Amino acid sequence: MASALSLLCVAALLAISAGAIVLARSKRATPLVYGAACAASSVALVSALAQVMFPPAESPAIILPLGLPWLGAHFRIDALSALFLVIVNLGGAAASLYGIGYGRHESARARVLPFFPAFLAGMNLVVMADDAFSFLLSWEFMSLVSWALVMAHHREPENTRAGYIYLIIASFGTLCLLLAFGLLAGPAGGYGFDEIRTAAPTSALVPVILALVLLGAGSKAGLVPLHVWLPLAHPAAPSHVSALMSGVMTKVAIYGFIRIVFDLLGPPEWWWSMVLLFFGSISALIGILSALMQQDLKRLLAYSTIENIGIIFIGLGLALGFGANAMEWAAALALTAALFHVFNHALFKSLLFLGAGAILNATGLRDLDKMGGLIHRMPVTAFAFLAGAVAISALPPLNGFVSEWLTFQAVLVSPELTQWGLKVMVPTAGAMMALSAALVAACFVKVFGIAFLGRARSTVVAEAKEVDRFSLAAMLGFVVLCVLAGLLPGFVIDAIAPAAEFLVGARLPVQAHVPWLSIVPVAEARSSYNGLLVFAFITASASLAIVLIHRFATRSIRRAPPWDCGFPDPSPMTQYTGGSVAQPIRRVFGSLLFLAREQVEMPPPGDTGAARFRVDMRDLIWEIGYAPIAGIVGFAADRLNRMQFLTIRRYLTLVFLALVGLLLVLVIWL
Amino acid sequence: MIHPLVYDVAHLLAGGMVLVSFMLLYQDRMHGLLNVFALHALVLALSVSWEALIQHAPHLFITAAIALVVKAIVIPLALHRIVRRLNIHRSVETVVGIGPTMLAGMGLVALSTALMLRVTPSADALARQDLAFALSVVLLGLLMMVSRRNAVSQVVGLMSIENGLILAAAGAKGMPLVVEISVAFSVLVAFIVIGIFLFRIRERFDTVDVQALDRFRGENQ
Amino acid sequence: MAVIADLLVQGGQMLVVLALAPLLTGIVRKMKARLLRRQGPPLLQPYRDLLRLIRKEAVVAENASWLFRVAPYLIFAATWVAAALVPTFATGLLFSWSADLIAIVALLGSARFFLALAGMDVGTSFGGIGASREVMIASLAEPAMIMVVFTLALIAGSTQLSTVAGYMMSADVGLRVSLGLALIALIMVAIAENARIPVDNPATHLELTMVHEAMVLEYSGRHLAVIEAAAFLKLLLYVSLIASVFAPWGVAQAGAGLTAYAIGIGAYVVKLAIAGILLAIFETAVAKMRVFRVPEFLGAALMLALLATLLMFMTRSL
Repeated sequence: MASALSLLCVAALLAISAGAIVLARSKRATPLVYGAACAASSVALVSALAQVMFPPAESPAIILPLGLPWLGAHFRIDALSALFLVIVNLGGAAASLYGIGYGRHESARARVLPFFPAFLAGMNLVVMADDAFSFLLSWEFMSLVSWALVMAHHREPENTRAGYIYLIIASFGTLCLLLAFGLLAGPAGGYGFDEIRTAAPTSALVPVILALVLLGAGSKAGLVPLHVWLPLAHPAAPSHVSALMSGVMTKVAIYGFIRIVFDLLGPPEWWWSMVLLFFGSISALIGILSALMQQDLKRLLAYSTIENIGIIFIGLGLALGFGANAMEWAAALALTAALFHVFNHALFKSLLFLGAGAILNATGLRDLDKMGGLIHRMPVTAFAFLAGAVAISALPPLNGFVSEWLTFQAVLVSPELTQWGLKVMVPTAGAMMALSAALVAACFVKVFGIAFLGRARSTVVAEAKEVDRFSLAAMLGFVVLCVLAGLLPGFVIDAIAPAAEFLVGARLPVQAHVPWLSIVPVAEARSSYNGLLVFAFITASASLAIVLIHRFATRSIRRAPPWDCGFPDPSPMTQYTGGSVAQPIRRVFGSLLFLAREQVEMPPPGDTGAARFRVDMRDLIWEIGYAPIAGIVGFAADRLNRMQFLTIRRYLTLVFLALVGLLLVLVIWL
Repeated sequence: MIHPLVYDVAHLLAGGMVLVSFMLLYQDRMHGLLNVFALHALVLALSVSWEALIQHAPHLFITAAIALVVKAIVIPLALHRIVRRLNIHRSVETVVGIGPTMLAGMGLVALSTALMLRVTPSADALARQDLAFALSVVLLGLLMMVSRRNAVSQVVGLMSIENGLILAAAGAKGMPLVVEISVAFSVLVAFIVIGIFLFRIRERFDTVDVQALDRFRGENQ
Repeated sequence: MAVIADLLVQGGQMLVVLALAPLLTGIVRKMKARLLRRQGPPLLQPYRDLLRLIRKEAVVAENASWLFRVAPYLIFAATWVAAALVPTFATGLLFSWSADLIAIVALLGSARFFLALAGMDVGTSFGGIGASREVMIASLAEPAMIMVVFTLALIAGSTQLSTVAGYMMSADVGLRVSLGLALIALIMVAIAENARIPVDNPATHLELTMVHEAMVLEYSGRHLAVIEAAAFLKLLLYVSLIASVFAPWGVAQAGAGLTAYAIGIGAYVVKLAIAGILLAIFETAVAKMRVFRVPEFLGAALMLALLATLLMFMTRSL
C-alpha cells in the first residue's frame, strides 16, 4: 500500500519533469514546477513517515513489468528504505520550496527545471529498488540527471571540467557496483534482492565484493580518495541542487552501501571494520582540513560533507566490528549513531547550502573574502545559518551533538572487542573523530565570522537585501527540525530502531519510556543525556543573569566607534580574511598534508611598493592518485590515435592477424 | 600476598620512563634535552631500586647507584661542558617536526605494547607490561637517533636505548652484576671516545651537524 | 523529602561555584604578586571588579550586532551549567544524569564558539587574531580533553561524572599508568583552555601575546563583567574536575547528613586554595611559549591522552 503510494509519487515527479520540458520557456514555469514537485515530495514524505512510525508487519514487493522481461522491476519499502525515503523526500520538499523563490533568479531555466523533479524521482527509486537491475538503473539515472544539473551553467569552464570529472567517476562507480552485483548474484544469476540474500557468495569473493562496493558507493558518497569530484561538482550546480546533492544524494549512496554490506553480503568479518574505520577517519580529517583552506563558500561546504561522510563510515565500521564479534546490542548502538548522523547531516548540510544560495542570490558572491556584515543586511538568513553552524559543530543542545555523543558511546563500548587490530584502530578512529569535531567548530567560526559578522568588504555586500519568503521558509523549517531533533532525540532513536533491528538483529532500549525524555543508549548507570534539560538550564541561567543584572545594576548602553586599542582603522580591508582566520591551523596541519608554504616578499626599507604574501598549497591526492592516471590515459590515447590513420593494407593486416590469432587459440584449446 | 599497590608503583615508574622518553622527543633546546636526559636516568634509578626492593635482589641497588651517579650526574654534566666548549648550536633541529615525531612515537608505543602482549601469553601479567614499556623506551630512543640532525642528541638517544635495556633486564627478575658493570664501563668508554671525536670533528669542520658532515663522505654524491 | 534535599544540594552547588570562582582567581593573583615580592591586590578584589563593571554603562561599537550583546550571557550560561555539574563538595547531584563528561566538554566548546564569534563581530583585526588563535588552540585541546574523558570512562565504566568521582573514591582504583598520563594531559589542557601562562597571558594587552584578551577587547561594562565571571567559572570548573577525579578525599556521598556537607565544603575550599597556590607558582616559574609552540605543547597532551586510552584498550588494567 505504502509502496504503491510512493511509486505513484515517483510517477508524478516524472510527469512533472516531462511537463517542465514543455513549459520551460514560460514565465510561470518556475513556481508551477517547483510547487508541484514540493507537493509530490510532501505526499511521499508523509507516506514514508507513516511507514516509519507505524511499521507494517510485512512489506510485500511490487513487481512492475518494466526492464528485463524475465525479471521485472521489484520495488519494496522495508524499515531501512522507509527511513531513507523520509530523508530523501524531506530534502526534496524543502529544496522545491526553496526553489520557488530561488528559481526566479535562474538564468538557465530550461536546463534546470526539467531535470530537478527527475532527480528527486531517481533518488526515490534507488531507495525503493528491490532487485539489482532496477537499483543500478535508478542509480545511473540519478547520476546522469544530476550531471545535467551540474552542467546547467555550462559556459563557465570550471563547470565543464567539474561535469567531466563527475561523469567519469560516477560511471566508474556504477561499473564497480555492476560487478559487485554480478558477483553477488553468482552463476545462478538471481538478481532479486531476496535471491541474493539466500545465495551465499564464496568466501574468496567476499573481499572483492566489499572492495567493489566501497569503490562504487563510496565514490558517490565522497569517501577519500574517491572524493575529488565532490568539491568540483557540488558548487557548480544551482544552490538548491547542491543542497540535494550534498545533503541527500550522498545519503542515497550510504543507503546503497548499507543495503549491500549489511543486508546482502551476509555475516560480517572483523577486518571489514578496519577498512571502514581507516577510510572513515582519513576522510573526516582530510575533509575538514581541506574545508578550512577554502575561500569559496560552496566548495568549503562540499569538503565539510566529506568530513561528515567520514564520521558516518566510522559509525558503520564500528557496527560491523561489533557484529563480527557477536555483540549485537553494541552494533545496534553504533548503527543507530551512524543513521542518526545521516539524518542530522541531511538537515544541517541542506540548511547551510540553502543559506549559501541565499547569499549568492542576494549578492552574487561565493567568495568569502568579499563578504562581511551580512548579519545586519540579511538577519533571518544569518540566524538560520548560525543555527546550521552550531548544529554542524556538534554543540549542545542541537542535534549534531547527539549523533556525535552516540558515536563516542559506541567507541567506549569497544574495549570488549577481541581482535588486536580493532583494539588499536578504534581508539585512533575516536581520536581522529574528536579532532575533526574540534576542527569543524573552527571552520564554522571562520565561515560565519567572515561572511556574516564584521564589516562589509565590498559594496555589493553592503547593499544586499534579504531573500524571498519561500527561501526563508525552507531554511527556517530546517532550523526547527534541527532544534527538535536535538531536544527530543529519543523519538528519532525510536524511529531508527526498526531499521537497526532489521540490519543487525538488535535495537536500543525504547527511549520513549525513559523518564524526563533523556536518552539512555546502553544502561542508566552507564551514561545518559537529556537535551531538553540542558537547553532549559542554559535558557534559565541566561535569563536569570539578564534579569538580575538589568534589574539591580544597569541596562544603559552607548554606541561609539570601535575601540581597537585606540587605533581604529576605517578601511574594512584591515579585518581578518578567511585565509587569515585559518592561518594558524594551516601552519599546524597544512604544512604536512597540503605542503602549504608561505612566502612573504617585502620591499626594501624606503621603497613604498606593496609587499606580497603568497600561499602555495597542493592537493596531494590529486597529484599522486589522479594526475598520473590522467597522464597515462592521455599518453595511451595519443599513441592509439595513430590507428586512425592507417592505410587500407594495414587495416586488412590487423583483421588477418586477429583471425589467425583466434584460430590458434582454438587449436590449442580443443 | 603482595599488596597490588606495590606492582602499581612499579608500573607507574616504568610508565614514567616512557613519559620522560616522550619529553626527550619534545625538547627543542640542547640544555633542556640534557636536563631531561638526567631526569630519564633518575627515573631509571628509582625504578631499578624499587625492583630491587620488591624482588629482594640487593645487587640491583648497585645498578641503580651506577645509573644515578654515572648517567644522571656525570654524563649530563660532562655533556653540558662539551656543548659549552664546542659552542654547539643550541637548538635541536629535527628531520620531520616535533608533531609528526611524537605521532610516530605513539605508534611505536602501541606497536611494542601489542607485540609484547601477544608474544608472551603465558608469562606473568606484570612482567609482560613492564617489558612492553621497556621495549617502548628502546624504540623511542631509536626514533630519537633517527629523527635528529645533531650529533649530541644522537648520543643522548643511544644512551636512552641503553636505559631501556637496563629497565627490561631489571624487570625480568634481575641481571648479573658483572654484566651490568661491564656494560656501564663500555658505555663510559664509548662516551669518552665519542666526546673526543666530537672535539676533533668540531675542530676540523666547524660543525657537528650531521647533514653538513654528509658532504665530506668518501663516495661521490 | 529526599528529592527536596537533593534539589537543595544541586542548587547549593550552583551557588557555591558562582560564589567561589572569583575567590580562586583572587588567590592566584595574590600568590603571583607575593612570589614577585609585591603586595598584590586583596583576595576579594575580583568581586569588587565584577561589581564595579556591572554598574558601568556598556559602550558598544556602532557596527556590533545582536550577537555581540547576547553572546556574553550565552557564554556565561553554558559555563555555569557545565560548572554546576562537576561535583565539588558532594557527588550524586540530582541532574548529573542529564549531561555527562562529554556533554560538559561540548558545553565549554559552545561557550568558546560564541566567544570567538563575538570577537569577530566588530570587524577589527584584534578580534580576528584572538578568534583564529583560540580556534587553533581549541582544535588540539578539545580532542585531548575527549581522550582524557575516554580514559576516565574506560576505568570507571561510565561517562557520568558522579559515577567516575564515586569510583575514584573507592578502593579498587590503584595507581594506574593511564591515570597518571591522563592527569598530566588534563593539567596541560586546563592550562591551555584557561589562557594561563605558558599558553596565553591573562594579564597582558599586547597584541603579540593575546588570545583570550583579544577576543574580549571590545567588551565593557556589564558585558565584560559577565565574560570575566565566565572565565573565573571556567578555571574553577577545571580545578574542580581535577580535584574531584584525582583528589576526591572529603567529598560527601549522596544523601549524607549536614556535617558531611560541611566537611565537603571545607575540604573543597582547601583544595581550591592549594590549586591556586600551585598554579601561581607554576605560572611564575615558566615563561610564555611562542604561539606556534603551543600546538606542539597541546599535541603532546593529545598524544599522552591517546596513549592512556590505547593502554586502557590494549591491556584493560594498565
